Formats: sequence, C-alpha cells, structure tokens
Amino acid sequence: MNLPLSAAGSLALSIKDLHKSFGPIEVLKGISLDAREGEVVSILGSSGSGKSTFLRCINMLETPDSGSLTVGGETIRMLPARNGKSKPADIAQVDRVRSRLGMVFQSFNLWTHKTIIENVIEAPVHVQKRPRKECIEEAEALLAKVGIADKRNQYPSHLSGGQQQRAAIARALAMRPDVMLFDEPTSALDPELVGEVLRVMRSLAEEGRTMLIVTHEMGFARDVSSRVIFLHKGLVEEDGSPKDVFENSRSDRFRQFIKG
Amino acid sequence: MDWQFTQETFLSLISALPLTLSLAGASIVLGAMLALALALARTSGILVLDWFARAYVFVFRGTPLLVQIFLIYYGLSQFPAVRHSIFWPVLRDAYWCAVMALSLNTAAYASEIIRGGLLSVPHGQVEAARACGMSRLMVFRRIVLPLAIRQALPGYGNEMISMIKATSLASIITLMEVTGVAARIISETYRAIEVFVVAGFIYLAINFLLTRLVQLVEFKLSPHLRQPENAAQAVIAGDAR
Repeated sequence: MNLPLSAAGSLALSIKDLHKSFGPIEVLKGISLDAREGEVVSILGSSGSGKSTFLRCINMLETPDSGSLTVGGETIRMLPARNGKSKPADIAQVDRVRSRLGMVFQSFNLWTHKTIIENVIEAPVHVQKRPRKECIEEAEALLAKVGIADKRNQYPSHLSGGQQQRAAIARALAMRPDVMLFDEPTSALDPELVGEVLRVMRSLAEEGRTMLIVTHEMGFARDVSSRVIFLHKGLVEEDGSPKDVFENSRSDRFRQFIKG
Repeated sequence: MDWQFTQETFLSLISALPLTLSLAGASIVLGAMLALALALARTSGILVLDWFARAYVFVFRGTPLLVQIFLIYYGLSQFPAVRHSIFWPVLRDAYWCAVMALSLNTAAYASEIIRGGLLSVPHGQVEAARACGMSRLMVFRRIVLPLAIRQALPGYGNEMISMIKATSLASIITLMEVTGVAARIISETYRAIEVFVVAGFIYLAINFLLTRLVQLVEFKLSPHLRQPENAAQAVIAGDAR
C-alpha cells in the first residue's frame, strides 16, 4: 500500500494481515494498513463491516487472533494462546504502546467521578509520571484549544455531549500520542453538536497529527482526510485519496454505500 | 420510671460504650478487608476463587450470627490442636472471638454489597483507562474502586448499622459491652424497662451519628451527581435556561 499523498513522513503505524473472530463470525479477514506520520485516514464501512473492531484491535482493546501491529517502530510481541489464537507476550509493552495512542470513543467514556481537568491530567500524571504542575498547564492549554477552558472544574455529567467529546479529545491529546484513534466520535451526538467536534478534529488534522477515524461523516471524510479506506465484510475494499475513492471508485459496493 | 435510677444506669452503660465501639470498629474494618477480597474473588473469573467466595457467603449469610459466635468461642476450644496452636492466645479471648465472628459474618454481606458496586462500574470507563495505558492494578485503584465505593456506600451504611446492633450478641460470651452491662444491672435490680430503654437509646444515638457520617461521606464523594454550584444558584435566581 503505497500512498503518494503525504508520504513524506515516516511510518507511524503498520498493521499486517489482522484477523479477528468473535465465536464463529470472522469480523476481520486479514487487514493491512500502513499510516505515515501526518496522515489522516478515514475508515468507512457499513455497520458490521468490522471498522470499529479494527480500530479497537489497534490499541488491543480487542486482541487480534493473528497479524502484526507496529506503533512508532515498536512491534507488539504476541504469543500463541491455548485456543489457537494469540495473546500479548508482555502486558507492560501493551500498556506502553497504548499510552502512545490516543483513543476517542463514541460514548466519550469520561471518568464520571473526576472533574474535566482531572480527567485530562489523569494519564499524564499517573501513567507517564510527568510533573503535576506541568500537566495542569498543558491540560489547560488543551481545554482552551478545544474550547471548554471554562468547564475546567465541572464534572462530565454537567457538560453537553459535544463538550464531553471535546474534553475526551483533550484527554487523549494530553498523553502526547503519536497517533489519534477516533471511534465514531460524533455518532452519539445530537446533530447540532456534531459540528463543534468535527471543527476540533479538523484543526488537529490541519496541524499535522496522525489520525485514524472511523466515521459516518462522509463530508468530513472527503474534505479533511488525506486517505479513505472502505471496509466491506472484514476486508479492505477501497483505499486511496478521497478524490480517487469518492469520484472514481471501482467498487460497486462503495458506490452503493455512499448513495445510502 | 425512676429518674435517679435511670441516670445511674445511663452512667454505667456509657462506661461500656468504648467496648461496644471497639467491637464494632474492629469488625467493620477487618470485615471490609475480607469483604473486598471476597468480592474480588467472586468477580475474578477464576473458578476456584469464585466458588470459594460463593460457598463462604452461603454459609456465613445462611447461619445465625449467634450460632457462629458460639461455635467460635465454645466450639473451637474443644479441639486440642486449636488449644495447642499459636492462635490459642487469641482464640481463648472472648473479645477476639467476638471480633472474629462479627468480621466473618459482616464480610459475607458486605462482599455482596461491594460486588454490586464493582459490577455497576460502566465498562466504557474501564476501557478508557485501559486505552490510556494504565495497568490493571492502576485501573482498579484509580477508576474501578472509587466508582464502586460511591455506588456501594448507601448499602454499606446499612451493613454498618447492623454491625453496631450485632455487637450486643457479644454479651452472650461474657463481654461487658452495653448490652452485657444492661443484662447485669437487670439481673441485680429486676428493672428491665429503664435499663433497656437506656440501652436502646445509646444504640440509637450511635446509629444517628453513624448515618450522619455516612451521609456526609456520600455528599463529599458525589459532587458529580449534583447540579454545579453556579447553575444551582442560577436556578434559585430564576434565570437558568
């Protein structure tokens, strides 16, 4: 998979031949993806196509059955498990790699018992062991960037969905991740709140962050991403620049998909 | 009712209060630790631990506390092996037998309360913590346990009140806590009404303070369940949207 687009950067993420089954259902049937630094990859597909599972496999929230996963040059070591699948050889390595991937969930998943600023500094202070003062300053800057600096001392339940998702983005950014993963970040939001989250994501893309975005926002995928991948039945069906994919797709299924 | 006698009784019973509080305190603390271990065993997914915890809860929740106290205090000393073991200095002491019986008993109930708390923690918040690179232990310490405690606290308050009252059973094995002293005064004076009214009042007072304390802790731990302060003021001022 070679992409001419922003191919200047080095590899941020390399996934080879990923397989995943849930019981008898094979959800991922061998997916490979190389993402270069600064690339913004939108992952599209109808529900059940495996796109969320694929994203969750990247930070090992789902353990892939087979395949290899390399983040920033570090390949996660896997061992064969008793059931014929595989399991991580070193949990500490998985934790380390995870801290280099920022994950944004569909349902925000902010920690309800902590204030917004506490949510944002939690991982930097306790996982990365950075000085608290420095983390707070950085967190305040991040909250300002996503436009909720005034919500600093409020609890997640006091915020709207859009504000919560922006706080969750700030929380993910606070770990200074190499790659940001977005799992349908706007799917749980009221239509009028979608825009504020997409604006934040667009600004992240513009400053050159490496992002993988599972989304249903076709307009966003077309305008903001540097690359679009279409998954169908656990396989990559289309892969290319938004222009190529949206305008000259050879896949009937993709044309069907965008027609709705 | 004899006011003079009631006052004297009150003073005698109050002097037994430290023992009642010490029994309750020790067994609540020890019981809580055991309960947490049992709840973890129950939710561990490890079959042996799970079944051990189930059996434990079944036995200690299913038999009367009084029977458990008798078995530990009178029963264990029947075995020479126990009398010759290093635990004998503890097991021959009525106080420690009572603490043990109370702790073992409360742990069975409390483990179910804590298990309920653990199960209530939303999976998404655990995943978010895992995704940040937290180790399992850190996820438990920083996210799961704080959320579980908040959920379990009201139920746990009930269990602590039960424990305060359950200490009265320790009087059966010679301990002179509030009920023990009350029983002695009655056997000396045959005036049951005054003595038990005073004893009942003392338990009521302890539990009044305890429920207040639990309420306070609950309040402190749940700002996220209340309206933020400025919004609440806005509602009062009538200009909230």
